[in-house]
Amino acid sequence: MLDNRGVWVFIEQNDNQIAGVSLELLGAGRKLADKLEVPLAGVLLGDGVKGLCNTVIEYGADEVYVIDDPVLKNYRTETYMAGVYKLCQMYKPEIFLYGATPNGKDLASAVATDLSTGLTADTTMLDVEPESRLLEASRPAFGGNIMATILCKKHRPQMATVRPKVMKALSPDQSRTGRVIEEKIGIKEEDVRTKVMKIVRDVNKKVNLADAHVIVAGGKGLGDEKGFALIHELADVLGATVGASRDVVEAGWIGHEYQVGQTGETVTPKLYFAIGISGAIQHVVGMKNSEMIIAINKDPNATIFDVATYGIVGDALEILPKLIEQFRNAQKEKGDEVSYV
Amino acid sequence: MHIVVCVKQVPDTKIIKINPKTNTLDRRSAPAILNPYDSHAVQAAVSMKNDSSDTVSVLSMGPPQATAVIKKSVEIGADQGYLITDRAFAGADTLATSYALSKALEKIKEDKPIDIIICGKHAIDGDTGQVGPGIARRLDIPPITNVIEIVEVNEKEKTVLLKRKLSDGYELIQSSMPCLLTVEKEVNEVEYSPLPNMIRAARFEPIIWSVDDLGEVDRKQLGLKGSPTIVGKMFTPPKEEGGKRIEGTVDEQVAKLLEVLAEKKELFTKEISR
Ligand SMILES: Cc1cc2nc3c(=O)[nH]c(=O)nc-3n(C[C@H](O)[C@H](O)[C@H](O)COP(=O)(O)OP(=O)(O)OC[C@H]3O[C@@H](n4cnc5c(N)ncnc54)[C@H](O)[C@@H]3O)c2cc1C
Ligand SMILES: Cc1cc2nc3c(=O)[nH]c(=O)nc-3n(C[C@H](O)[C@H](O)[C@H](O)COP(=O)(O)OP(=O)(O)OC[C@H]3O[C@@H](n4cnc5c(N)ncnc54)[C@H](O)[C@@H]3O)c2cc1C
Repeated sequence: MLDNRGVWVFIEQNDNQIAGVSLELLGAGRKLADKLEVPLAGVLLGDGVKGLCNTVIEYGADEVYVIDDPVLKNYRTETYMAGVYKLCQMYKPEIFLYGATPNGKDLASAVATDLSTGLTADTTMLDVEPESRLLEASRPAFGGNIMATILCKKHRPQMATVRPKVMKALSPDQSRTGRVIEEKIGIKEEDVRTKVMKIVRDVNKKVNLADAHVIVAGGKGLGDEKGFALIHELADVLGATVGASRDVVEAGWIGHEYQVGQTGETVTPKLYFAIGISGAIQHVVGMKNSEMIIAINKDPNATIFDVATYGIVGDALEILPKLIEQFRNAQKEKGDEVSYV
Repeated sequence: MHIVVCVKQVPDTKIIKINPKTNTLDRRSAPAILNPYDSHAVQAAVSMKNDSSDTVSVLSMGPPQATAVIKKSVEIGADQGYLITDRAFAGADTLATSYALSKALEKIKEDKPIDIIICGKHAIDGDTGQVGPGIARRLDIPPITNVIEIVEVNEKEKTVLLKRKLSDGYELIQSSMPCLLTVEKEVNEVEYSPLPNMIRAARFEPIIWSVDDLGEVDRKQLGLKGSPTIVGKMFTPPKEEGGKRIEGTVDEQVAKLLEVLAEKKELFTKEISR
């Protein structure tokens, strides 16, 4: 059983568009495969998806296992798990990574059960120990600034779901070549117990944290809803998107769709304001890869300052009104364009 | 109809305290509660009941104290409760947890066939969301995860129609029964418990089973022994460097901040000129 070889990445696609997290995982998987001196493979299921194999290879895969069948048009646990399970039985990978998306988590949980193997959830750090060939998948552990490294010593493949936006995709290289291995699913539509009646993509999602360039996020430090209104105001003058810590969401100051962190969105904007946010690990994992982080906090020892590009020790309730006013003035002078320099 | 809800007792992670020296949990500091997602799951089941022939049962695996979450479920409106408790279950990862729960579900099924199983989207302590789909695979019924709306339960046709959350929207799924759902908080509001439920809950005693009560069980698949994953180590992530501090009076700080932001000017013009 421990003769299994090769690192696999599940390539999630929606309407034949590869999910960003799958490309990120090819980047992370490449490093693991190189350390173990084994090939990296993408696992691609869908209807009319063969054309995507090249992309998978350009992003780092040596091999692509593909099952292309109309029954796989939309993701369904039953059909996808049957296909992935079959591939695992035939080709026996030693490591298998999935994006921690609704579909990725659903699939991985089902496949792990059928393979009787271990599955680490919502990983944010990955490494491999070349000697023992053990995958070291780490995830934030509940309650505080701790990470737990989960190991799966005696079962193969070693599986993990990985948070979107924490790993880095490689730049695509069109000169890369690879091998495509095609298999059949062998399931008839009439034998499937679930049907996808309709898919509604939220293209005009009101809150689109994941794609925002600037996020102004507020925490419990703003005191109350009235204090939190300053976050909306600053976001408004900057043309930014509002974000929040979980404690703010739980206090009911704003909806869950605004939550950044482990159990909210993972974001990578160019600029992230963390205002009155303490910097708990569960928040930080969701925003630490932002290009620039500006933190405002009363407590000079707040852990948020450890990840901040610029830290301001001070009272947000004093600083924010002034900052908002300055921006407003700048806007007034120059019409719609912000030019405060 | 018979609907079974899996409910887990969890420490209230909102209140839990960390010992800053050892970086471990001070478990005594956290009261044990019904996993918040599971209260939505129980509510969803209770809302599906049409008449007195419909039954909502809840099942929990945990220490004897987990009786409390079963009582809580009865407050919400559950009719029957089962607790499986045994040292052999201790230290289970999600694979061993789904095995133990599915064995109990098989036993419950012998009394009254199960039409729908409902789990929470995840438990707020372990936070994996893996147990629900695991149970579904073991019982060979379809799992539908991340359910945000139960649109229709058609008892005659034995089908359910559900809205399932996706990364970028939702999908409408029809599934045959029996099936297993995991529910998001959006699925409902947990209603205020009526007094008769509270009184019933206070006196309620769940059916308690140990491993020996579960019939044919492979002990090797239970608890720590049956868990392929282990926690290798716990560590505090390497401290990041942290950047510059902006010092001075409030006015000086604001002025300096504006200077910093000036370098990022293109971001705002772009976003503001929508
Ligand atoms: C399983 C699990 C998952 C979680 N998932 C998430 C998640 O996805 N996202 C998330 O955010 N959290 C998450 N948490 C919660 C997380 O652990 C923290 O409790 C939460 O992030 C704290 O929110 P906060 O920083 O707003 O509040 P607090 O920790 O209360 O911090 C408030 C901060 O504001 C500062 N402050 C106070 N007054 C002022 C003022 N006037 N001006 C400036 N600063 C001030 C204080 O110094 C303090 O640092 C999760 C927890 C668990 C257990
Ligand atoms: C810090 C930490 C990290 C962990 N990481 C992993 C990991 O990566 N992989 C892994 O396999 N295990 C992991 N575990 C172990 C895992 O928490 C336990 O197996 C736990 O018993 C079930 O998982 P969960 O809490 O994540 O439940 P989830 O899968 O999140 O729970 C979903 C639903 O399943 C039902 N359910 C879950 N447990 C029970 C129960 N005891 N009784 C009744 N219903 C229940 C409930 O309806 C619940 O809402 C971890 C534990 C800790 C403390």
